[in-house]
Amino acid sequence: MSDSSATTTATEAGPAPVEQTEGQATPTRKPKLGGGLGLGQTVGLVLALVLLIAIGGISAGERFLSIPNMLVILQQAAVIGVISIGMTFVITAGGIDLSVGSVMGLATVWATTWATQNLAGQFGWIVMVLTAVAVGVAAGLINGLLVAYGRVVAFIATLAMLVAARGLAEIISGRQTQLVDYAGFTDTFRGDLIGVPKIVWMFAIVAAIGWFVLNRTTFGRRTIAVGGNPEAARLAGINVKRHTMWVFAVAGLCAGIAAVMMLSRVNSGSSSNGYLYELDAIAAVVIGGTLLAGGRGTIVGTVLGVLVFQVLTNVFTQNNLDSSVQAVTKGAIIVVAVLLQQRFATVQRR
Amino acid sequence: MNGIVKEFPGVRALDGVDLHVLPGEVHCLLGQNGAGKSTLIKVLAGAHQPTEGEIRWKGEVVKLTSTAAALKLGVATIFQELDVVDGLTVAENIYLGNELATGGVLKRGEANRRAKEVLARLGHAEIRPGRLVGSLSAAGKQVVQMARALSHDAQLIIMDEPSAVLDQEEVRQLFRVVNTLREAGVAIVYISHRLEEIREIGDRITVIKDGRTVATSLPVSETPTSKLISLMTGREVLTNFGGDAVGPQSDTPVLEVENLALSGTFEPVTFSVRPGEVVGLAGLVGAGRSEIIETLYGARRATSGTVKVNGKTLRRGSVIDAVNKGIGLAPEERKSQGLLLDQPIYRNITLSTFARFAKFGILDERAERKAAKEQATALQLAPPDVERNIRTLSGGNQQKAMLARWLVHGCDVLLLDEPTRGVDVGARAEIYSLIRELTRRGTAVVLVSSEIEEVLGLADRVMVVADGRVVHTGPATEIDEHRVLDLVMEGAHA
Repeated sequence: MSDSSATTTATEAGPAPVEQTEGQATPTRKPKLGGGLGLGQTVGLVLALVLLIAIGGISAGERFLSIPNMLVILQQAAVIGVISIGMTFVITAGGIDLSVGSVMGLATVWATTWATQNLAGQFGWIVMVLTAVAVGVAAGLINGLLVAYGRVVAFIATLAMLVAARGLAEIISGRQTQLVDYAGFTDTFRGDLIGVPKIVWMFAIVAAIGWFVLNRTTFGRRTIAVGGNPEAARLAGINVKRHTMWVFAVAGLCAGIAAVMMLSRVNSGSSSNGYLYELDAIAAVVIGGTLLAGGRGTIVGTVLGVLVFQVLTNVFTQNNLDSSVQAVTKGAIIVVAVLLQQRFATVQRR
Repeated sequence: MNGIVKEFPGVRALDGVDLHVLPGEVHCLLGQNGAGKSTLIKVLAGAHQPTEGEIRWKGEVVKLTSTAAALKLGVATIFQELDVVDGLTVAENIYLGNELATGGVLKRGEANRRAKEVLARLGHAEIRPGRLVGSLSAAGKQVVQMARALSHDAQLIIMDEPSAVLDQEEVRQLFRVVNTLREAGVAIVYISHRLEEIREIGDRITVIKDGRTVATSLPVSETPTSKLISLMTGREVLTNFGGDAVGPQSDTPVLEVENLALSGTFEPVTFSVRPGEVVGLAGLVGAGRSEIIETLYGARRATSGTVKVNGKTLRRGSVIDAVNKGIGLAPEERKSQGLLLDQPIYRNITLSTFARFAKFGILDERAERKAAKEQATALQLAPPDVERNIRTLSGGNQQKAMLARWLVHGCDVLLLDEPTRGVDVGARAEIYSLIRELTRRGTAVVLVSSEIEEVLGLADRVMVVADGRVVHTGPATEIDEHRVLDLVMEGAHA
């Protein structure tokens, strides 16, 4: 096959004069906040958010618009938000991680066992945090090893982890809810800092670091390259397998951090913590504008996606509407967002 | 039946093309890579709409709004990428999109019986309709596609380089089928750039170059090959490959390949390349040329042998090691193996070096842009705006970006696999002189190309590869195109 039809159509026009004029029309584009994404999409999400807040304000009035309620929304968004940041990396790298929710559940259980809390009593809250994070990273590394070196499809490898982590959490906890007894942990992670809940701060910090890592570091660039064209990345000398493994480890790390936040919020470890979180995270990442096929990712979009869903949930609760209706609406939003995204993508590629 | 006339000037890639096809003839469409053949076919097949010009079918102006519309009219296209569904049977593929069914229930017996008839008409009764298409060879898949075309009562079948994926015996079979079709009164547009094939099968020829027809409906029997070549290449035939070969600048080889082999793909090869030297690998597609350089690059894991760069042995199957020790590869399939199509040019250029620009893992995009910009300017990348998506560039400019990647990286050995495929004539000349410039600076180059002329023109030494074996090694000056072809043929039969 010496001239594949796809190649030639692009080249037959020669050094196309048309394209040159386009180039002059847009001289140098500054790097955007969205991280390689069209500004249009970010604006679209912001508009959706504003619209939802307007609807909330009109239907529920002060009850919805009050600052305490807004903080509740942010607090609810925080845990799923941190998980979604990790998910953004995995999806940008061309993978998927279905295990994040149950890994988080496992981490909350492991960090609240009698043994862990006992150790925490001696060495401080850091023991519980390290336990949760270690569980997350270990699970992520196992996922990564299976996907990168075991050549198991990410969907299957992480599906197996989803089931296994949930099972392990049940074994460890004996299906009991484990309360956080150690006061040092609660003192550190519960409550507010400058009027804003601490876990919201944690979400903000993780999001900021995530943005920086994805857009400004070699790790982020590799993630985009591996997701965009693994073969090209490999032939350019990037260690695709090792990087894939670390990307899954990042998702696990985020699940571990989310577990700490979850413990601070619900004050107990349980194997049912994080149930179905993976789906919410994937939905938030995708409506945020990260390409499910990989190669393009946006942390800002993900944060907005998470907020859109949380505001929606809150609007429904404030109006005492059925959660089933809410689920249907969520589904519709996902579809509409993806449809818009595709339209947008084709327009961009002309 | 009236004569089938199609005319279309227009379409950016096509700048005034005329094509007149008669029933029961094999009309060859000839042109170099990038001349506009593929676009023309897509217009004919209804995949693209012409901006100007008209298509007449049996004398009447028609609008082909989709491939389905074209098929309904009787125009079937067999694209290079064999678009068959591997998981379905032969009969299911033949009636794909046109299933024989009553009330949604497939009539499998009927489909199998009729598929059998069609296959018999094509002289391939040995293909069972119930067989899975995935188990067929490329030639078999092609037959299935032709059977599909016939099942639609196609009166015009367009074949886009059908022989590219076939071996010689299969090509002979293909020709038998084409003859059968011709006798049945079906018109065939046959695209190929193998002149000898056109001699064998064609009735008339239309030559296109740079999106224009330069000759229409020449009778094959009365047109000498030399005339065809001059029509195809015009004045722009590149006898000048950016000046004479520079020749090795040192006697110490920079690249030493010893008994490198990949079992089942190619037999042990041994060669070395000195700084400033160009070694060319000539041979047919599928002979194992690309496999040899991909293996020496570590992209495929060699089963035996060693590769040394500057005396240091490379780790087997490790691209990373090869890149670190100074080898770069511009792969054969630029889009699927080389580029991040959704990313800006500068990120494509710095794909192997961004980590070097970074400090403590934090990217220095300003430095990246600067380095990319320098190369873009030096290579006359058009447009020189490195922020643009690389997807929007023409093939030649994409290739330049590929080369720029390794220029920024800096390497002692550059492996170029089909560096001018899908590249227009102007950019081609620029790439040639760039290769010369690199060798002048002492880079060793290993070149793979399907165009023998290109290998002979650029290389100091030529290795002829046939059927996974190196059948000849020698200075480029001591061998000509005919000899290379002879060697290739002998090797392929051996």
